[in-house]
Amino acid sequence: MPPLISTSASASATPPQVAARKARTGYLLLLPGMGWLAVFFAIPFVTLIITSLQVPTGASGVYAPGFDIANYGEAISQYGNLYVRSFIYAGLATLFALIIAYPLAYFIAFRGGQWKGLLLVLVIAPTFASFLLRTYAWRTILADEGPVTGFFNALGVLPEGRILSTSIAVIAGLTYNFLPFMILPLFAALDKLDPRLIEASNDLYASPVTTFRKVVWPLSLPGVVAGTLLTFIPASGDYINAQLLGSITTRMIGSAIQVNFIQFRDYPIASALSVILMFIILIIVSIYIRRSGTEDLV
Amino acid sequence: MAESRKVEDLHLQNLTKRFGDFIAVDDLTLTIPAGSFFALLGPSGCGKTTTLRMVAGLEDPSEGLISIGDRDVTGLRAFKRPVNTVFQSYALFPHLDIFENVAFGLRRRGIKNVTPTVEAMLDLVELTPMARRKPKQLSGGQQQRVAVARALINEPDVLLLDEPLGALDLKLRRQMQIELKRIQMEVGTTFVHVTHDQEEAMTMADTVAVMNEGRIEQMGDPADIYELPTTVFVARFLGQSNLFAGQRAGAGADSVKVSAHGHEFSIPNSRNNAPGANVIVGVRPEKMTIVDAGDPIPDGHDRIAGRTVDVSYTGVSTQYLVQTSWGEEITVFEQNTVVGDRSRVGDSVEVHWAPDHAFGLDGSGLAPAAVESESVSVS
Repeated sequence: MPPLISTSASASATPPQVAARKARTGYLLLLPGMGWLAVFFAIPFVTLIITSLQVPTGASGVYAPGFDIANYGEAISQYGNLYVRSFIYAGLATLFALIIAYPLAYFIAFRGGQWKGLLLVLVIAPTFASFLLRTYAWRTILADEGPVTGFFNALGVLPEGRILSTSIAVIAGLTYNFLPFMILPLFAALDKLDPRLIEASNDLYASPVTTFRKVVWPLSLPGVVAGTLLTFIPASGDYINAQLLGSITTRMIGSAIQVNFIQFRDYPIASALSVILMFIILIIVSIYIRRSGTEDLV
Repeated sequence: MAESRKVEDLHLQNLTKRFGDFIAVDDLTLTIPAGSFFALLGPSGCGKTTTLRMVAGLEDPSEGLISIGDRDVTGLRAFKRPVNTVFQSYALFPHLDIFENVAFGLRRRGIKNVTPTVEAMLDLVELTPMARRKPKQLSGGQQQRVAVARALINEPDVLLLDEPLGALDLKLRRQMQIELKRIQMEVGTTFVHVTHDQEEAMTMADTVAVMNEGRIEQMGDPADIYELPTTVFVARFLGQSNLFAGQRAGAGADSVKVSAHGHEFSIPNSRNNAPGANVIVGVRPEKMTIVDAGDPIPDGHDRIAGRTVDVSYTGVSTQYLVQTSWGEEITVFEQNTVVGDRSRVGDSVEVHWAPDHAFGLDGSGLAPAAVESESVSVS
């Protein structure tokens, strides 16, 4: 009898121990990620908010702790138009990237066949070269004496007679630089789509256009949402494209933040600009995600 | 479903489909009568699904014509054809609920107020309570019924079913076979059903066409084909057959005598499809009776002596494998009407059958060994 009792006792004791160990393992696995977020996101974010409220001491680049809400007022009144421009540029770049990326992703997913992998590598291949380098290259491509500008001037479609240093160049640069981030999620969504659904839709009296509208597009929406977010968010904060391809009249909010931090050493204003940018993006994105969750976007 | 449109015959004329060098469908000419339940039966790769896809408009024929009644639909794109398909994997739209899946075809044709029609259709397939669920929330059998409803609601001239029951378990498959047959009787639409399951084809269809290598081997009433197959392929694919290759050795009053392996078998003239001297004698396993060696055998029966090499008891019947003196194994099914008293492995037995049940197949061009060695069964 004694062995029997001990067996049953140990058997009943084991599961809670295992469960506890499993739970502990879960938390342990979370630890690196949480630590990373704390060090590189939470702490800087708090510092950023504290900085955005600091008051000037008179000396250049030296600020005292404080609670100066006026920094925000100044940031908005001084740079409000840059926010508007940034979101317009980022929005247009996102739209153009979607228009270019969708057919491309569709082609790779449905017609890629054995070349799928290679085509995807080609999509991300440009990112092997530095972001800065690629943007500099566009300066050459779009240069005033270059063939591209010449071609469009011959058509007479350029309002300013040039491309470089105009908003066209900035939007084109943003579109180009963030295109892979649009293509990849779109491809992932379209690749999952069962081609038989397209056949079924055709079989049920839907023309190719209707099939796209009623079957392919709605089923690719997760990819569209992911791709547009991955393009829009970094594009609206970007300043490299505006700086290298644009002019003083095409500055984006990222430029203002960079100038205030590095050149003016006006840390509170620069921080306030960053906080406002994050806040607006947060609002835009949450509205967007909520709408795309319903059928409003279809 | 109020309008009573005249259902029309489906004609396939010299229909051919080539993929590169491979001929998937080879010069198929066929009329499927209006309102019939027609089964295209064959092993995988025989061209049955390609045929179906050409009728649906999902595949362009290399040659030939497809017409419904006297309308040529060969050049019509899929979304313009009065034909709907129940896909093998159902292909239900995952982003739409059951109601919208079923309403899809009606909406695309610009029909207003689809609700009563959709509700009636959901009622027919007994899925009314599921109307607002998404396909993923349904069981396989329910999804299958949605797929049928989604196609049928459009009142197609022809409903195509591509192995629609393949993904279901055996019990559900039986149930759905009866269900589909009931629905077909109720709506009167022509059903063209593609399957590799001979039992499914036989239970459901009025007419079965057995396909092999892009051609139709034999077509007709399922019972007729089973009782009197006209080719070796059909004899083997549709149920099981014991085949003995032999030579014509004379004629009786209304039968032919065939000698094979030192035995003489007779086949009624009406059941002999061999034009020449090479005749393959075929007998279905359930038409044979097995007795102990030396037991009396009814007069006029043909017989073969052998040794039992395998006995499998399957409940309803017992399946014997008997090795003949020349080494061939023949299969005999016997209903378990008597308790006990089964032949055992190693017993010397005699297998006999009434000559009326034998059939003759053309054996010219076939090596006897190839015919007999393959005791193929597809069940």
